Amino acid sequence: MLGLFIAQVLNGLLDGTYYLLIALGLSLIFSLGGIINLAHGAFFAIGAYLAIVITPYVGFFGALVLVPLIVAGLGMLTERTLFTRFYRIDPLYSLLLTFGLAMVIEQGLRWIFGASPQNYNMPDILRGQVFMGDFIYSRYRLFLIAVAVTAVAALWVLLNKTSFGRIVRAGVQNPEIVGSLGISLRPYLSAIAGIAIGLAGLAGVLLSPIHTVHPAMGAEIIVLAFVVVVIGGLGSFWGVILAAVLVGLTKGLFVAVGWSTWSTAAIFLLMFVVLLVRPRGLLGERILRFE
Amino acid sequence: MKTTMTNRRGFLRAGAAGLALGVAAPAYLRAQGAPLKIGHLTPTTGFLGPLGEYAQMGIKLAVDHINANGGAGGRQVELIMEDSVNPQTASTKAERMFERDQVDMIIGEISSASCLTISQVAARYGKVFVNTGGNSDSLRGQDCNRYMFHVETQNSMYVNAEGQYFKTQDMVDGKNWYMMTADYAFGHDLLAAAKAFLDTNGGQIAGEDLVPTDATDFSSYMLKIRQAQPDVVALNLAGTQITNFFKQYGEFGLDFTLGGFGFDTVSAWAAGAQNFRGTWPNVWNHRVQNDASQAFVQAFTEAYGKPPENQAWGDYNAGLIMAKAVAEAGDAGGDALVDYLESDEAKFDLMKNRQGYFRPSDHQLIQEIYAITALPADEVQNEYDIFTTSEPLPGSDEPLETLAQSVTGGTCSL
Repeated sequence: MLGLFIAQVLNGLLDGTYYLLIALGLSLIFSLGGIINLAHGAFFAIGAYLAIVITPYVGFFGALVLVPLIVAGLGMLTERTLFTRFYRIDPLYSLLLTFGLAMVIEQGLRWIFGASPQNYNMPDILRGQVFMGDFIYSRYRLFLIAVAVTAVAALWVLLNKTSFGRIVRAGVQNPEIVGSLGISLRPYLSAIAGIAIGLAGLAGVLLSPIHTVHPAMGAEIIVLAFVVVVIGGLGSFWGVILAAVLVGLTKGLFVAVGWSTWSTAAIFLLMFVVLLVRPRGLLGERILRFE
Repeated sequence: MKTTMTNRRGFLRAGAAGLALGVAAPAYLRAQGAPLKIGHLTPTTGFLGPLGEYAQMGIKLAVDHINANGGAGGRQVELIMEDSVNPQTASTKAERMFERDQVDMIIGEISSASCLTISQVAARYGKVFVNTGGNSDSLRGQDCNRYMFHVETQNSMYVNAEGQYFKTQDMVDGKNWYMMTADYAFGHDLLAAAKAFLDTNGGQIAGEDLVPTDATDFSSYMLKIRQAQPDVVALNLAGTQITNFFKQYGEFGLDFTLGGFGFDTVSAWAAGAQNFRGTWPNVWNHRVQNDASQAFVQAFTEAYGKPPENQAWGDYNAGLIMAKAVAEAGDAGGDALVDYLESDEAKFDLMKNRQGYFRPSDHQLIQEIYAITALPADEVQNEYDIFTTSEPLPGSDEPLETLAQSVTGGTCSL
C-alpha cells in the first residue's frame, strides 16, 4: 500500500508537467503585454491537429520539431495583427478578443476536420513501460517529461542569461522606463508571443498520443492552466512550476485515496486557499502596473 | 423475413439511385398537400458533438431517401436541424420549433437530460418526440411520457447484453470487477444497472471510482487498477473520456479484460486499432452482415465518405420509422401517431434479423442489439473495420424482451 502511495505521489508530480507548458506561456504573454490569452488552449489544439497532418510526411519526431515552429509563427502573426491593437486599452477588450479567437479556431478545426475525434498513435519506439522497483511507469510519459523539462530549462536560460531575457524582464516590470531608454518592446512582444504560443503547440504534439484529439480539446485544458498561473503567481517563472506540481499532486492524491469525485474541486479549493493567504499567488511578484 | 429484406434493399437502392442521379420522382407522384415537417435537435458541440454530427448525417440521409421514394404517406418531408446545446437551450429550441416552425414532430438528442426537457415541451404541444440517443433508464421509467418514444436502447438493456457476453466468457460469477464511472446522471444510471447485474450473478466489486466529467488524464487511476489486479475492468464513461482511457490503458500496459456498458463506435475509431480493446455493447454497427445493413453502409459511405456510426443508424431509422408511422396513421398529429406506434401492427424493419416494436408500457423500441469485440491490431485492414460484431442479442431462440427485463429507473405510468 505504501508502494502505491509513493507511486501516486510521483505520478502526481509528473502529471503537473502537462499544465506547465501551457501555463508558462499564458503567464509570459500576460506578464509582458498584459493580455489574458483565452485562445492559448486553441493554439494547443492547433498543435495537436498539425501533428496529425504532418506526421505522415515527417514522422513523430519531425512533427515534434516542426509543429512548435509553425504554431510559433501563427502566434507571432496573431500578435502582429491582433494583439498590438490591444496593448494600451482596457484588458477587458483583449479578453473578448481572445475569447472570440478561441471560438473561431475551435469552429475552424471542426469545420476542416469534423467533430469526430482524430486517431493519433505514439511511435513504436516510445511504447511500453519502464520498471523502477515497484514503480511501473509509461515510457512515453517519461519522454514527455524529459522534453517538457528541456523546453522549460531552455526558456529559463533565455529569460535569465541572455540580453533578450533582461529586456523582457525589465519590460515586465516597467515598459515606460524601457521605452525611455530607447528600446522598443515591439519585437520583444512578438518574440514572446511566438515562444509562448509555440510552447502550447509543443504541448499539443506531446499530448496527442495519450489524449483524445478533438476540436474542443483546447477549452478542456485552458481552465486548469489558468488555475496554475493564478496559484503560482503572475510574472513568476518558478511560481508557475511550483503550482503545476502542486496541482498535479493534489489531483493525484485525491484519486489515490479514493476521493476521485473531489479531485477537480480540490484544485479549485487549493486556488481559493492560496488566494486567501497570498493574493498575488505563491511566488507572485509585485508588478506595479497590475496593482 | 426474406421478403422484408428484399423490400428494404429495393427501397434503399431506389433511394440511393434517386440521390445519385439527382432526380426526384416525377411530379405527378409528388407529395400532395402540406409537407411533413420534422424538427431535429441534437448536440453538435461539446463532448457529445462527434455523435451529434453523425446523428445529423443520419437524419439527412433518411429524409433524402424518404423524399426520393415519394415522401411520408405522399407528403414530402422538410427537415429543420439545430444544435440542442444543453437541456435549457434544447427546451427553448423545441418550443420554437413547435410554435414558430410548426414542426409535426421532433427527432434526435443524445443527452438524457435534454431528452427530458424536450419531451416535456412535446407533451405540452401534444406532438411526438423520438429519442435517438438518450440512454437513461429513468426516461423509460419515472420520467416517461405519452409522446416520447425511444429508438435508442436503454442502459439496462446494454448492461444485460454485455453481461450475457461476460457470462458466456465465465467472467462474472466470483470474479472481481473494477468499475470506472463518469460522475453524472448517465454514469450513475449505468452503475446502478451494472451493480444490479453483478449482484444477481455473483460478481464482486474490487474497486470503483467516480470520475469527474472534465478529467482527461487517467494515470492515477491506472496505478490503482494495476494494484487492485481485477479480473475485469468495466467502464461507465462517456464521449472522449472513453477514448482517453483506451489510449492510456495501452500506454500503461494494462491487459485485464476490458469492457463496459455504454459505447459508441466513434470512441473506438478515435482510439484506433492500436489502442482499442475489449468487448462493448452496441445498438448496431457497420459490420452487421445483412443486406439491409450493408446497403445502408454503402449509401452512407457514398454520401459522406466514411461508414455510419451507430448514432447515424439511430437517427436514420427514427426518420424511416416516423415516415412509415405517418403513412400508416394517415395523420401526423401526436395522438394519431401515438395510437399507431402503440398498436400491434406497428412493426419495423431495423436492418436486423428480427423486426422491432415499441413496448406500449414504456415506449422503448424492443430490438436486437450487438456486442463488438476489438480485433488484434495485426488483423486490422483499415481504420474503420477494427472490431468484429457478435450475432444479434438475444439469440434467435430467446424472446426479444429478454434483455429489457428487470430494468432500473423507476416505474413508468403512461
